[in-house]
Amino acid sequence: MRGYVAQRLGLALVQLMVLSVLVFALTALLPGDAADVRFDESASPEQVANLRAELGLDRPAVERFFDWAGGVLTGDLGHSLVNGQPVTEIIGGSVGATLVLAVATLAVVVPLAALLGALAGVYEGGRLDRSITSITLVLTAIPDFVLALLLISVLSLQLGWLPATWVGATGEDLLTSPELLVLPVLVLFLRTVCTLSRQVRAGTITSLHAGYVVQARRLGVPRKSLLLRHVLPNAAVPGVQELARVGDNLLGGVLVVEAIFAIPGFATALIDGVEARDVPVVQGLTLVLAVAALLVNLAADLVCNRLVPRTEVLR
Amino acid sequence: MPIALTRRGFLGFSAGAALVLGGCGGAESPGEAGEPQRGGRLRALFTGGGTRETLDPHAQNLFIDQARHKAIFDKLTELGDDLAPVPRLAERWESTADATVWRFTLRQAIFHDGQPLTGDDVLFSLARILDPAAGDRLARQSLSAIDIGRCRVVDPRTVEIALSTPSAELPALLATTGAAIVRNGYADPANPVGTGPFRFVSFEPGRALVARRFDEHWEGPALLDELHILSADADARANALQGGQAEYAHEMSPTFARTAEAGRTVKIVAAPGCTTQAFVLKTDRPPFDNPDVSLAFKLLADRQRLVDVVLGGRGVPGNDLFGKGYRYYNSTLPQRPRDVAEARSLLTKAGVLNQPVQFFTSTVSAGFVDAATLFAEQAGEAGMRVEVVTGAAETYFKDQLTTGVLGSHRAGAAPIPDYINSRLLSTSPFNATAWKRPEFDAAFATAQSTVDEAERTRLYHALQRDLHDRGGLLAWGHPDWITAVAANVHGVRPVPPNTVDWARFDKVWLG
Repeated sequence: MRGYVAQRLGLALVQLMVLSVLVFALTALLPGDAADVRFDESASPEQVANLRAELGLDRPAVERFFDWAGGVLTGDLGHSLVNGQPVTEIIGGSVGATLVLAVATLAVVVPLAALLGALAGVYEGGRLDRSITSITLVLTAIPDFVLALLLISVLSLQLGWLPATWVGATGEDLLTSPELLVLPVLVLFLRTVCTLSRQVRAGTITSLHAGYVVQARRLGVPRKSLLLRHVLPNAAVPGVQELARVGDNLLGGVLVVEAIFAIPGFATALIDGVEARDVPVVQGLTLVLAVAALLVNLAADLVCNRLVPRTEVLR
Repeated sequence: MPIALTRRGFLGFSAGAALVLGGCGGAESPGEAGEPQRGGRLRALFTGGGTRETLDPHAQNLFIDQARHKAIFDKLTELGDDLAPVPRLAERWESTADATVWRFTLRQAIFHDGQPLTGDDVLFSLARILDPAAGDRLARQSLSAIDIGRCRVVDPRTVEIALSTPSAELPALLATTGAAIVRNGYADPANPVGTGPFRFVSFEPGRALVARRFDEHWEGPALLDELHILSADADARANALQGGQAEYAHEMSPTFARTAEAGRTVKIVAAPGCTTQAFVLKTDRPPFDNPDVSLAFKLLADRQRLVDVVLGGRGVPGNDLFGKGYRYYNSTLPQRPRDVAEARSLLTKAGVLNQPVQFFTSTVSAGFVDAATLFAEQAGEAGMRVEVVTGAAETYFKDQLTTGVLGSHRAGAAPIPDYINSRLLSTSPFNATAWKRPEFDAAFATAQSTVDEAERTRLYHALQRDLHDRGGLLAWGHPDWITAVAANVHGVRPVPPNTVDWARFDKVWLG
């Protein structure tokens, strides 16, 4: 087990290195650099050239990359090319809103998806299963920006029940006005609950038909204990694995949701960074995202192993 | 001079709205709103610029930054509705007969820290703007004629500004973006001390500025207690305004204006036809090095249709010149009609009728691609093959200088001499029409240094006639500038951006 974790962490390190090179190369391939983008149409070529030299952008790309990588090894993520703010501060300033969104969404998604999936699986083919399956299918098919705009126009602009955006809100407002969270979390919830509950349903059905369950039933194990002790842990495995994927999926949703609701979070910072060609910020943010994704996946695999200690789960 | 525009979407209009909507509406008649009332908080939304936003009033030209700077700082002059200079911190001014030395009398004004405004603050501000070591001073180019070493403080309320080349336009140039007057010794942008109507409370780039009324403002205190200037993209602005989370939204689309006008919660304040949408033809390379071809292209454009479709009818057709309605605009020139037959014969004569022409455009500004596509269709009716190519948004205006022969262009509001200076001289950094004529440069220099106003106007008119006849600017439309406010907001005037009453929150009040 410990060896497995060490091996995975080693692999993660290699993945991070490859990713950093890729992100740097891709940002370098974008047309223009931070100096070009900063001035729009207002500066003379000399002014842009001066700024480029000031920012060190006139040095070879390889040199700049190794400078950055060297900094990372000592825990220094560098400074923004736009306003000189430390990248760690930018990450810190934007991660809060996104984390609140993600945690709030997961807190709703996980129990509801497990419940819906298990119900649909246990009553496979019944009316309940058919309604759950068809509703989740329909919701999966609606793009989340459409869903968000629909919800805003009905619940905020028509009925006036909920705030339409986060414009002007601060962290403190979030604590005193949790209603700001409702619409964004609802959109993210609807985006992820479908795939997750379908995995739980599939897992439940597979376990219900598995040989050991059939045998246990033959031996007269009561239905309740059969479901709770034998079916659900096995059924949860695809669910937990899917949950790791939901994390990635959530990120895509957060991009859209942050843009629509004007939420000053991670995705907004990333988009701003790319638009401004602010390479250290883009590098820093993607690095944090990648570490988070790798850890979530590792955690999911470890949890699966715990639920069903079979070696193949760890592959 | 930088013509201040936001990078993300100059105008948020969308195509396909072919409705012709006359008039601009929304401007309230005096008396309708009742007596101005004091108090309250106004939340104003502008297109955000993320980490690029700054409080340094000499460093940034996003509209949102300008609005923030305007709340906290003042300039010596500002521009009126017609883009002529009006007095602000400078009460009056006079120049020597050759327009090389100017004397400005300062108003009695005090800074937020209680210190009175003096000539030293003015000279410090100018020196900071002109600092050759700073890479980000916006107004440096426009104010480069100032010879800072020879400027002097005559007495605390009189400053003499000396120029290295004569300019009758100095008062207008001092209204340029990035020319705010800061306190002598100003070095910490995070702690701005100005003479403006609001004093700084807090600022987070990409999110919000909070400011409170400054009771000792020289013009009298503002009516509002508190002002928030917030960053939000077009959809968020529309939703927040309609959802009651804000009272003022800048840069709204014609589509939004149409839906908003149907309801009662939002008022539209539109400044009619005050900015410019154009195509640029590169006059230094084939086929547009032949003035006949340029003229033919100008004759091919169906301007009214472009206005109807691309601007949703919210604008007026252009006459191949920048600055309709501004001081010095040559309105005596006949409106260019659409004449496909004449265009065809000019193109045949030039031998380019069946040659493909590349139209290099980008999504950088809403409507660019739509206008290019529609124009390609219109040119096709005369047998001209125009192929639309889309380039990267972030660097489009730079790429345009080297790429393609035909491109998209838009300009906000700036005095006509500033526009010529930044776009149409051999030395202009963003000369997108590649209009490089030594005789034009010389005639401009003469006009700019002519002190007699009538004579100067005549000279500027002649320059515009030349551009209209032979230049590479196909200005097809002048869009309205659309702001939306909540129904209880009063005192917002329909004016072009960059003018004195634009984003002027000290005159706004809540009903």
